[in-house]
Amino acid sequence: MSARAEILVPGKAGEGDALVLTAPISFWGGVDPSTGRIADVRHPQHGEVIAGRVLFLPGTIGSSSASAVLMELVHNGRAPAALVLHEPDAILLLGLIVAREMGWETPMAVRLERGAFDSYRGAAVTVASDGAVTAAV
Amino acid sequence: MSLVLSPEEQAIAAGRDGAGMAMRIVAESARLLGAPRLIPIASTHVDGALYHGDSGTLFAERLVEGGAKVAVRSTLNVGALDLMGCSRIRLEEPQRGMARRMMEAYRKLGCEQSWTCAPYQAGHRPALGSDVAWGESNAVVFCNSVLGARTNRYGDFLDIACAITARAPDYGLHRTENRRARLIFDVSGLSPSFLASEIAWPVLGSLYGREVGNAIAVVRGVTAHPGEDALKAFGAAAASSGAVGLFHVAGVTPEAPDVEAILAGPEPEAVIRVTPDMVATARAGLSTTAATKTIDAVAIGSPHLSHAEFDSLERLIAGRRLAVPIYACTGRHALALLEQDGRRKRLEASGVVIVADTCVVVTPIMPDLAGGVLMTNSGKFAHYAPGNTGYAVLYASLADCVESAVLGKPVFTDIAA
Repeated sequence: MSARAEILVPGKAGEGDALVLTAPISFWGGVDPSTGRIADVRHPQHGEVIAGRVLFLPGTIGSSSASAVLMELVHNGRAPAALVLHEPDAILLLGLIVAREMGWETPMAVRLERGAFDSYRGAAVTVASDGAVTAAV
Repeated sequence: MSLVLSPEEQAIAAGRDGAGMAMRIVAESARLLGAPRLIPIASTHVDGALYHGDSGTLFAERLVEGGAKVAVRSTLNVGALDLMGCSRIRLEEPQRGMARRMMEAYRKLGCEQSWTCAPYQAGHRPALGSDVAWGESNAVVFCNSVLGARTNRYGDFLDIACAITARAPDYGLHRTENRRARLIFDVSGLSPSFLASEIAWPVLGSLYGREVGNAIAVVRGVTAHPGEDALKAFGAAAASSGAVGLFHVAGVTPEAPDVEAILAGPEPEAVIRVTPDMVATARAGLSTTAATKTIDAVAIGSPHLSHAEFDSLERLIAGRRLAVPIYACTGRHALALLEQDGRRKRLEASGVVIVADTCVVVTPIMPDLAGGVLMTNSGKFAHYAPGNTGYAVLYASLADCVESAVLGKPVFTDIAA
């Protein structure tokens, strides 16, 4: 499975096991900024760790501090290997934009239809610098 | 359409100083959003001064070192410390020092020391139709919906960048055509007694956020203005359960004199007819535990309590001694009034812990307690407390919260929808 995704925020190409979220998430209050663990007890993927994973996000909700949590994950080395979003999320991706301004290495964020997310579930996924999102066979 | 910056904006963005960094952040965001240009703004409310880790402190200090200053009125949302000294914050060093450095950096950038998530009740009320850049999800939704000023949901860091540049991306809710309702959220099937009850608005807000997501709906079937604190609770709950930036209430909020005036087309895309069953489910969903034998604390004040809400609290406590503490979160604007009339001392003597400048879900205040149970009347606290404090949540009206705090065990009054 491979698809060419639109690059939302450039960054370091990444690879990791896919983590496909099945519900939108609020990063603030939903993800622990020091560990990357999903802390929202109501979230279906509660307890999973997003650090080092290729994170597929069907949507984000809630607090306008999502950007701060994502930047803190970058600063702590606990960011996802790459972010795959159904649509650009200005609040969340700001965390990557500001981290780049600070001179820190950031993962890429790309855009892919959420209908394609399922085909990556359970796979090791690479996101290349040209935006190609590929599942290992 | 791609972003076009004016020559002046381009010159600022090319700078190596703090203003250059701020302009590049605003421009990058505008590009991501597909905005064609930047527009001038009248004010900002800055959510970025809450400590989530060292990275945010380092960013703010980089702006200060670069000589940046805010160019428009900018109020500050909560920080991680109670600078008024009302409550003890259990944040340890080195985090405590970094949180203080962060708050200090935002002061140096020229922001007002308001430290509240309810700036609209602390004298910051932009005019109907004016463009502003506000952060903090409840403040954004109140600013758009109740004041009729125009803001998108500005994330941490973009808010201060907009404050420094006095610019914001021209997109979304800044544009008149994007502020119209596509859905109707009809509450006329609910009983008048429920709609007049205190829990109606936070529970309906939670339901609205989940049903509507990031779309815009107009609430139909509200016959009397519910009051500003009710709209505050509705918006806060809606912005916690969904990505709500703007709602309308027909006959109540300023852009919706009636349903027809605010609908985007002759017919809504959908009508959500709220039933008593939907309300019961939404209400149950605000609790994460079934009724327990005891509770460990009550937390109120998300968004920060207004003076009128302190009136209700004091009336309900009626001089009694609480068995478990009520954490009452507020801003210094309300605290000043509580100090003046001796009310702070009376409330604290009953066992109320007043928390100023911050709140119990953004910084460690309540004791770490395995299996702790928290009761709250706030849809927003109900949403965030389990993840941020480890406490299980019981949702109830303020009256039930106070009775439960007096007895140390949960008390529920049945309010049928």
